Amino acid sequence: MDTNPGLYGLLAEFDSPAALLQAARTAYEAGYRRMDAYAPFPIEGLPDALGFHRTKMPLLILLGGIVGALSGFALQYYCAVVSYPLNVGGRPLNSWPSWIPVTFELTVLLASLTAVLGLLALCGLPMPYHPLFHVPRFSRATRDAFFLCIEAVDPRFERTATKAFLAGLNPREVTEVPQ
Amino acid sequence: MPQETETTAMHPGEASDGAPPVLGPGYTFRSISEKISSITLAQRTPRAWWLGFAVTFAFTMLLLYTILYLLFQGVGIWGINVPVAWGFAIINFVWWIGIGHAGTLISAILLLLHQKWRTSINRFAEAMTLFAVANAGLFPLFHMGRPWFFYWLLPYPNTMRVWPQFRSPLVWDVFAVSTYGTVSLLFWYVGLIPDLATLRDRARNRFVQIVYGILAMGWRGSAYHWKRYEITYLILAALATPLVLSVHTVVSFDFSVAILPGWHSTIFPPYFVAGAIYSGFAMVLVLAIPLRTFYGLQDFITVRHLQNMAKVMLATGLIVGYGYGLEAFMAFYSGNLYEKFTQVNRMFGPYAASYWALIFCNVVAIQVLWFKSVRNNPVWLFLVSLIVLVGMWLERYVIVITSLHRDYLPSSWGNYSPTMWDWTMYLGTIGFFLALMFLFVRLLPMISISEMQTLLAESKESGAATNEEKP
Repeated sequence: MDTNPGLYGLLAEFDSPAALLQAARTAYEAGYRRMDAYAPFPIEGLPDALGFHRTKMPLLILLGGIVGALSGFALQYYCAVVSYPLNVGGRPLNSWPSWIPVTFELTVLLASLTAVLGLLALCGLPMPYHPLFHVPRFSRATRDAFFLCIEAVDPRFERTATKAFLAGLNPREVTEVPQ
Repeated sequence: MPQETETTAMHPGEASDGAPPVLGPGYTFRSISEKISSITLAQRTPRAWWLGFAVTFAFTMLLLYTILYLLFQGVGIWGINVPVAWGFAIINFVWWIGIGHAGTLISAILLLLHQKWRTSINRFAEAMTLFAVANAGLFPLFHMGRPWFFYWLLPYPNTMRVWPQFRSPLVWDVFAVSTYGTVSLLFWYVGLIPDLATLRDRARNRFVQIVYGILAMGWRGSAYHWKRYEITYLILAALATPLVLSVHTVVSFDFSVAILPGWHSTIFPPYFVAGAIYSGFAMVLVLAIPLRTFYGLQDFITVRHLQNMAKVMLATGLIVGYGYGLEAFMAFYSGNLYEKFTQVNRMFGPYAASYWALIFCNVVAIQVLWFKSVRNNPVWLFLVSLIVLVGMWLERYVIVITSLHRDYLPSSWGNYSPTMWDWTMYLGTIGFFLALMFLFVRLLPMISISEMQTLLAESKESGAATNEEKP
């Protein structure tokens, strides 16, 4: 049940990375969970302050690499042993040492492709539209401003109470973000 | 430039040992962002840019014309023939791909080693990698003679019922170079995403906003995204590090797996990798020195960067020199008649001038880098880098030509000299490379904005970092 029709969340702007980090910690302690912080560069400790401790990226990339290694070797085995066996002076068909370079390259290729596509998928990009883009000041999030957004879907979100809470964190300003 | 070498009071990035800083004094998050992005977003394109682009574009047209004529006539327009069937195509391929390696070294290996000074040079070094690899790829492609059948190199089920020979280094090369090109592009693009978002948000022009907006894919700097982004970027660097070493190793296998005297040597992989990084750093310096002067980026690409790059160049140059020494030593120590002959022929045969020129460029000339005054002087560094680029080209020339033109059978000996078309193709790729660099510095941020801001945040300690304007 949407108790805050037409509202995506409340956005507080801060002057410095340290102020944002402090605000995020306070908000987490106050019980808010569905929130996000926005900054022009990565701030150490900020994801942890928001309660985001682990990402699946390394696991995904590892899997991509394993698939790349196995498929790279299998490809060469199939070509040189199964489909097109070529007897060169009685040398073994399964000449695996000479297949290491291509196996390695395909490991790196598949792992890297998984890394980039996985990053985009987990971040939900490309996303040409987002409610935050309605806020004119938000264009500074990629330059020199630091934002904390508590989203309306948070169970503890309550328009006036949350607004008062954010105002208490000493922000530059608090804005309502329409849906 | 004496005003650059002097160090002022404590400011961000200054090393405790009094070395010049990695970032000039007095910057804020806003001023970094504005200084870098305004080069791209400026309404007016500088006149010198147009001039440079016009010249390099003309050479790009020369490249296209050469390729057109090549497709029309065949590779016979080049100087290659039996026994020297490789010629300029392979020399230039190895030269270009080697140059590319410095970009990956700066962006990946120095990232893993926590070298903060890489931050302001990694973006355009990566662009340099991409453009160098693109040019490198042209040469083997057109050297094939029938480039429209290039896809025969790829394993795909076909009506001829044959597969590529995976025991051949030439097939390894296809995989290594194409993987390298792809991973370099991905790494570069991932690094660009936050900066593209900055440009999108700063742009005034609707068309420009849309173009950067599409490229930025809706990046909004979420902390969740940043966390995934950082770890992905780090792992990509960890993947690119062995990759870059493998690529030039595989390139050296093209030579060393063959049984030709002068090629069949185990020193080749390490010495090729060192040579690649050596020439690559020379190219980074050749590009960085005019760029920082022209765009006034001396605060971002400081004397410290130039010094460090000169040191890397000196170190790799010494490894390369060691390689030459060991090559000569092994030729005699091996007791192999053919190896010995090849070495003597390199030093005193028909291509002796090229050999000694390469020794001068790669081993003798760089010794000036031992002097701090030379490392501090952009003009000197620029000249030394140009000499190194020439020297590394000569090295490949000597390796390819001298080994091929005298093999085991005197009846198959021959000589090689390039034709005009060899030169137009080579000059054309240099023009194409520089034209792409010109487009890059005009259209994309040549220094990573978000990484420079991170550098500032780290050095100022987050609390002190504010938005007040530069005094």
